[in-house]
Amino acid sequence: MKTRAILAGVAAGGLYAWSAAAIGVSPRVLWEGLPNFFALLGDMFPPNWAVLPVLVEPIVQTLQMALVGTTQGALLAVPLILLASRNVARQAWLYYAARGLLNLLRTIPELLYAAILVAVVGIGPFAGILALTVFSMAVIAKLTSESLEAIDPGPLEALEAAGANRLKTVRYAVVPQVLPTYLSYTLFVFEINVRVSFILGLVGAGGIGQVLLTALNLFRYQSALAIIVVTLGAVVLIDTLSVRVRQRLV
Amino acid sequence: MSPPQIELRGVQVRYPGDVWALRGVDLAVGRGEFVAIVGLSGAGKSTLLRTVNRLVEPTAGTVWFEGEDLTAASPARLMEVRQQIGMIFQTFNLVKRSSVFRNVLAGRVGRVSTWRALLGLFSRTDLEVAFDALRKLEIHDKAFVRADALSGGQQQRVGIARALAQEPKVILADEPVASLDPPTSHMVMRDLRRINQEGITVLINLHFIDLAREYAQRIVGLRQGQVVYDGPAEAVDDATFEQIYGRALRADDFRGAAG
Repeated sequence: MKTRAILAGVAAGGLYAWSAAAIGVSPRVLWEGLPNFFALLGDMFPPNWAVLPVLVEPIVQTLQMALVGTTQGALLAVPLILLASRNVARQAWLYYAARGLLNLLRTIPELLYAAILVAVVGIGPFAGILALTVFSMAVIAKLTSESLEAIDPGPLEALEAAGANRLKTVRYAVVPQVLPTYLSYTLFVFEINVRVSFILGLVGAGGIGQVLLTALNLFRYQSALAIIVVTLGAVVLIDTLSVRVRQRLV
Repeated sequence: MSPPQIELRGVQVRYPGDVWALRGVDLAVGRGEFVAIVGLSGAGKSTLLRTVNRLVEPTAGTVWFEGEDLTAASPARLMEVRQQIGMIFQTFNLVKRSSVFRNVLAGRVGRVSTWRALLGLFSRTDLEVAFDALRKLEIHDKAFVRADALSGGQQQRVGIARALAQEPKVILADEPVASLDPPTSHMVMRDLRRINQEGITVLINLHFIDLAREYAQRIVGLRQGQVVYDGPAEAVDDATFEQIYGRALRADDFRGAAG
């Protein structure tokens, strides 16, 4: 046991040294880069607040992307939640198909979805919304179906005994038990989506991210800082509100 | 003699792994009877009760309800029959975070069309029957309280009200007082007796000897998946129970007086 731990430690250390050397990780590079960082920071000050009025529209657009993407994803997740829960899905093959699909969709990062979808539907917020929809659907369905599998089976048995069919049983024994969790996860995913949709612009999927990218490309660092500050404020505000609502739900 | 309301003929239930729950049970229950099924835990009482409404499928044998072979019934027909058979449970099986009234209304769901049920569109009759059931069990003042805010005895009464909301011909009760204290147990047993006196057949699993003797008209003893005793409750004494249980009686075989 002990020798195994030592071997594992040596192996991990070796892998790190090998990778770090190949990539060129060195504290000296970071140290020598520091002046550049401060120069950039200096270029950013003072932030150019004059751009604020122009930012309103892309910020609102970003939030709208998150809202639409989360809503669509949450709705599309409903059938998947039921199929991916062993205590509700009757057909084993449907259950495994749904589980497999969710695991596959979740392994792909949102940014990759966005990059692919930009290639498919062109640059702009629509690609971003599609990416957020797929991502939200997968995360909400996965998390909610896991809570659904842990609900009290008693009411399901009671409804079945009372002559209720599958849909009625879901409506009266499953939905009341799992609805607060589902809403809570939806809000949680909305918080993530707000952050992600700010970044999605960097691959051309619309919103404030795209404005930031443009500012950086044109070396307008003072405007870039104003954009970053405003974005940060918006994210913190929405996170705080959403967390409050979630605490009340469960 | 009129044909029995419920009849099991040679019912066997074998769970995967060659575990036998029932090894050929014959049982006939007439309309309006109050029958207690007694036996140790693991004797097959729960399985027996659940073969009546086919929550458990018999591996062999047939189950008859009012002259109809349920084992041959289509899924749709089975749901219709289940509406006539109310069921109450040891753990109440309520949706804890829903209101008492919502839980009782669930007993009406079988009678409502699927789309109306999904939208929650109950008829006036459905609401009235559900509320009457609550009133009958004297918990209508708790109608809009969350179910988990009630005591165990009250929750079981909600469970009974849900079964009554089905306007059933039969009530199956699976150890309904096992998680209650003695006074509350007697209260629930009296509720069931009252319901039985209104003409509803009661088939109840019990492991408390004194309750079975006091409330049931007939006692069926189950041991290792087989009926080993079947007779009127007055004829049963401690020796009979020792024979059913296959061991000497203990203090925890008795629920005790209402106190």
